[in-house]
Amino acid sequence: MKILTCPMNGPRNINEFQCFGPVKNDPDPATTSDADWARHLFRADNSRGVITEWWRHVPSNYFFLAERNATTNEVIRTFTPQDAEARP
Amino acid sequence: MPLRLLKYAFSRDYPVTGDIPATPDLKSSYDVVIIGGGGHGLACAHYLSKYHGITNVAVLEKGYLAGGNTARNTTTIRSNYITKEGIAFYKEGVQLYEEMSQELDFNVMFSQRGQLTLAHTEATLRSFHLRAEMGKHAGTNIEVVDAQTVKDLSPHLNMDEGGPLEIMGGLWHADGGTARHDAVAWGYAAQAARRGVEIHQRTEVESFETDQGRITKVRTNRGDIAAGQVMIAVGGMNYDMAMRAGVELPIRCYPLQAMVTQPLKPWLHTLVSSVSLHTYLVQSSRGEIVIGGGSDPYQLYSTRSTLDMKEHLAEGATHLFPFLQGVRLLRQWAGITDMTPDYSPIMGASPLKNLWLDCGWGTWGFKATPVAGKYMAQTIANEKVAPILEPFTMERFARFELLNEMGATAASH
Repeated sequence: MKILTCPMNGPRNINEFQCFGPVKNDPDPATTSDADWARHLFRADNSRGVITEWWRHVPSNYFFLAERNATTNEVIRTFTPQDAEARP
Repeated sequence: MPLRLLKYAFSRDYPVTGDIPATPDLKSSYDVVIIGGGGHGLACAHYLSKYHGITNVAVLEKGYLAGGNTARNTTTIRSNYITKEGIAFYKEGVQLYEEMSQELDFNVMFSQRGQLTLAHTEATLRSFHLRAEMGKHAGTNIEVVDAQTVKDLSPHLNMDEGGPLEIMGGLWHADGGTARHDAVAWGYAAQAARRGVEIHQRTEVESFETDQGRITKVRTNRGDIAAGQVMIAVGGMNYDMAMRAGVELPIRCYPLQAMVTQPLKPWLHTLVSSVSLHTYLVQSSRGEIVIGGGSDPYQLYSTRSTLDMKEHLAEGATHLFPFLQGVRLLRQWAGITDMTPDYSPIMGASPLKNLWLDCGWGTWGFKATPVAGKYMAQTIANEKVAPILEPFTMERFARFELLNEMGATAASH
């Protein structure tokens, strides 16, 4: 059984979580071209290294971020969006 | 006949010939370089050499022949799709499987025994009606059947009458079937090799050299090759390979796990899948029950297997066929699926003039092996995308013209 550590609920069974895919920066609707908008919608980080993803702890509906290695499946850290902003 | 067989058995000198020649030295240039020695790449090589007279072709395979997703899928062949573009394409795929053993002079053990998808809710049944009507309109053999017919088609099923997973009916796709995956790849390889196509195993493409929007050189671990046309058909590696050519595909990679039980006497005569349980089962010609489901719930490049998924598949399988409870698992495996946002493949042109894509095959590639090979070959030979492939262009995402095929099976698509 794989354990993921939720920043709010602590270590929980991976079955309690839902992955929402790699983090994307929202483009500015006023200035973004159609092509860039399509790319934003349909493309996501598919690299083999460490990717940053949105996850949700389903029973508590709590969203947070995780850094995970997409080849080894090792979770490097989980953190809140506030923590992400606090990082330089 | 028995005498001939006996003579053959006692012969000192078996008339055995290898179907696939040993890997030759790389030439400096080929008319067509096909990257990926799986079913799709080999099928394309076959069609190029047989129908388009193009034999100066190299198929480059990083590992051994058909050892990637061709060997890791669950060999389901069907055309129960919902978009008219999808149905037209996959319907021809099924037809080509029907003729394949003749075409290749190689028994691919095509077994067209029908696919039964179960509905456990009224809502699922309603969606089946739409799918069946779309299929019938396009000439596919597909219909919605009631619970009694489901029972007749698969008498061992647990109908769960009155229970939470009561079977309300099903989608019966009589054209569905399976084939022997190795035979498909080997049949194409043998045919292509006989016509002069070179098959290079253990030959990995490391990078590309481009000039003025064309690939000028393919760099491999065994040397550089100049190529007229290049096709990428490397399954779970498609994203990486296209990136090496500077082409960014809208693909995310997920593992897909499957497993087989110990061999049993033949009892499961159709393919059975359940949308609600995310499980499908088919009995192989060896008697093993092949059990598969959806892709893993998050992206990953590892072909490891997880207990979670095994438990999930076993739970679904034993719910549908409770007597499987005492049966043991024999093998399990995983492949890397290259999933597109709309669950349809990406075929045709790329931003580079002589680079052709046969990518985004996710969990639905095996059934399309012959039809993708046929039309990719036509595309490469004419340097113009075949009309049937036009809807599958990678440009469809930029135009917001998606081909939504999510939900075509019990798996994620």
